[in-house]
Amino acid sequence: MFKFIAKRLTATVIVITLVSISVFLIFAILPMDPARLTCGKGCSVPVIEANRHRLGLDVPVQVQYGRFVKGLFVGRTYGQGQAKIECGAPAFGYSFNKHECVTTLIAEAFPVTFSLAVGAFILWLLLGVSLGVLAARRQGKWPDRASTVFVLVGISLPTFISGLLIYLLALRLNLINPIESGRWVSPFTNPIGWVKNFYLPWITLALAFAATYTRFTRSNVIETSSEDYIRTARAKGLSEKVILRKHTLRAALAPIVTIAGLDFAGLLGGAIITEQIFNLPGLGRLSLRAVLIDYDLPVIVSTTILAATFVVVMNLIVDILYAYIDPRVRVG
Amino acid sequence: MKPFLEVKNLSVSFPTQDGLVKASNDISFTVARGETLAIVGESGSGKSVTSLAVMGLHNRNAADISGEAILNLETGPIDTISASPEVVRKLRGKSMAMIFQDPMSALHPYYSIGDQIAEAWGLYNKGSKSDGIKRAVEMLDLVGIPEAAKRVKEFPHQFSGGMRQRVMIAMALVNNPSLLIADEPTTALDVTVQSQILKLLKDMQQEFNMAVILITHDLGVVAEVADRACVMYAGKIVEQSAIDDIYYTPDHPYTIGLLNSIPRVDQLEGKRLLAIPGQPPSLISLPRGCAFRGRCTFSRLVPNNRCATEVPNLDEKIKGHFSRCHLTEAQLTVARTSVGSRV
Repeated sequence: MFKFIAKRLTATVIVITLVSISVFLIFAILPMDPARLTCGKGCSVPVIEANRHRLGLDVPVQVQYGRFVKGLFVGRTYGQGQAKIECGAPAFGYSFNKHECVTTLIAEAFPVTFSLAVGAFILWLLLGVSLGVLAARRQGKWPDRASTVFVLVGISLPTFISGLLIYLLALRLNLINPIESGRWVSPFTNPIGWVKNFYLPWITLALAFAATYTRFTRSNVIETSSEDYIRTARAKGLSEKVILRKHTLRAALAPIVTIAGLDFAGLLGGAIITEQIFNLPGLGRLSLRAVLIDYDLPVIVSTTILAATFVVVMNLIVDILYAYIDPRVRVG
Repeated sequence: MKPFLEVKNLSVSFPTQDGLVKASNDISFTVARGETLAIVGESGSGKSVTSLAVMGLHNRNAADISGEAILNLETGPIDTISASPEVVRKLRGKSMAMIFQDPMSALHPYYSIGDQIAEAWGLYNKGSKSDGIKRAVEMLDLVGIPEAAKRVKEFPHQFSGGMRQRVMIAMALVNNPSLLIADEPTTALDVTVQSQILKLLKDMQQEFNMAVILITHDLGVVAEVADRACVMYAGKIVEQSAIDDIYYTPDHPYTIGLLNSIPRVDQLEGKRLLAIPGQPPSLISLPRGCAFRGRCTFSRLVPNNRCATEVPNLDEKIKGHFSRCHLTEAQLTVARTSVGSRV
């Protein structure tokens, strides 16, 4: 087991390194000049060059990447003297538009995205799995048909439609105060306010994901029910309840760990559309604004690498988890 | 004393879009404790369907089942066909147990074999989980798994096919059932492992004094372990007798054909194996008259074309030897020799 984890961990580090190099290269190749964007119209060439030097963009890409990696571990200093700016480790860079270290921006946005992802994740797992099991047990009967309708709607409706509909409906019903909403409320100081702030985006995301999970659970439960070992369980004299709980679900839900982990990791990188609709200051909105409005290169690079890291790390966690769930994976 | 299992006029059919599939039709047999009954037949002849009906393992919404399958328990007889599903469930594993064809897929891949055996034991015995594991070790030891105490913690994929079938047998027998149904227990195994498993079944039968139903398509297996045999064709029993009679004086052209299609060590030279021509009939639209008529080489011997018009009864032509054929005993004797005697 230790060897297995060590092996996977090494692979993970390599993948993250490769991803960060690729991201860096992509943005270095782009024809946009971040230094030019640091000052407005009528900016003189010397100012641009000075800013380029302060941002560390006047050296070759590989040196920039080296400084970036170094900054992640020991922090980074931009400029000198009076204009000196220090970003502590892990320093992802400095946003000239926001006049903030990127790490600070991410630290502010991440709790929002994390809250959004966790709540939606729990909601869609509960909804999707229970609906899927119900549909499988009542195959062809009305619960199955009803779930088919739910799945069809959930899969067909993109979040920018369902989210808007929910938002407008909530507005009409006075469930949302458009001025108050979008302010970050910590679940530790004000749990009720936290839930109030997030339940609508949770529902929006959960609807979209639960549909897939319902379908997946349903087909897995049906498939597992016809396995020989379920017949064996029945021949042993186990009751249908125990067979479902201990034998069918154990095997049917194991693959869900994989997709749930990856979906969750994907959301941690930022739910761009949902955050935008509900005005949530999370990672998704941070990167969207950095791309569309500010062309804030350090922010874009950092959020992209971060999102990729979440996926890779979650992959590792899922692999380890799976080895605990499925004994056949352990030896291999 | 009554035999432990009495199956009377058992029929199982499945309504489908194409029509009613009469998978097994008017089956009657008995099995006593200590006795092994073989049910022989090709794929689709209704062997497994019959035994699953006895175990109450058919989905009652998908199958039409009629007839009786009476277990003569010490507490009184119970008909597993008409009893409530809950009553039948509590007989499974305790009074009647079953092992299946493919030991590769019949064990749950996520649970250790100790857990799986202990689960079966825990259903009908009071005791902690560690008691169950202890019992599992005893059972594994009994079915000849070396280092049982160590291997009890292992998972199915760490066992070979033969070893897994031993585990299945251990699990089926953990509650000391009175009836064991073995559905093609050796079909998925190597020939050498086959004979080990058959010997094990025989030993276990003596140890537990069980009634055993052995379902197989392999007449070699039947000869090795069975006391009596039923030969099934197209959902019906076509011949039923003591095991020696089946081999030496087969009383149905189908059985005669089956025996001529398997090689025999003592008659290898200069003898061709004879296949039975044709295909078994569809179970949805069985032909009028005898279901085997189309493949039978002797039906022309029967006068008035009776094979095509009249379904033969399962008659006791010789004492204790039933067969479903219009041919007379004298004609059958000729039939046996005409395609090469087995004696």
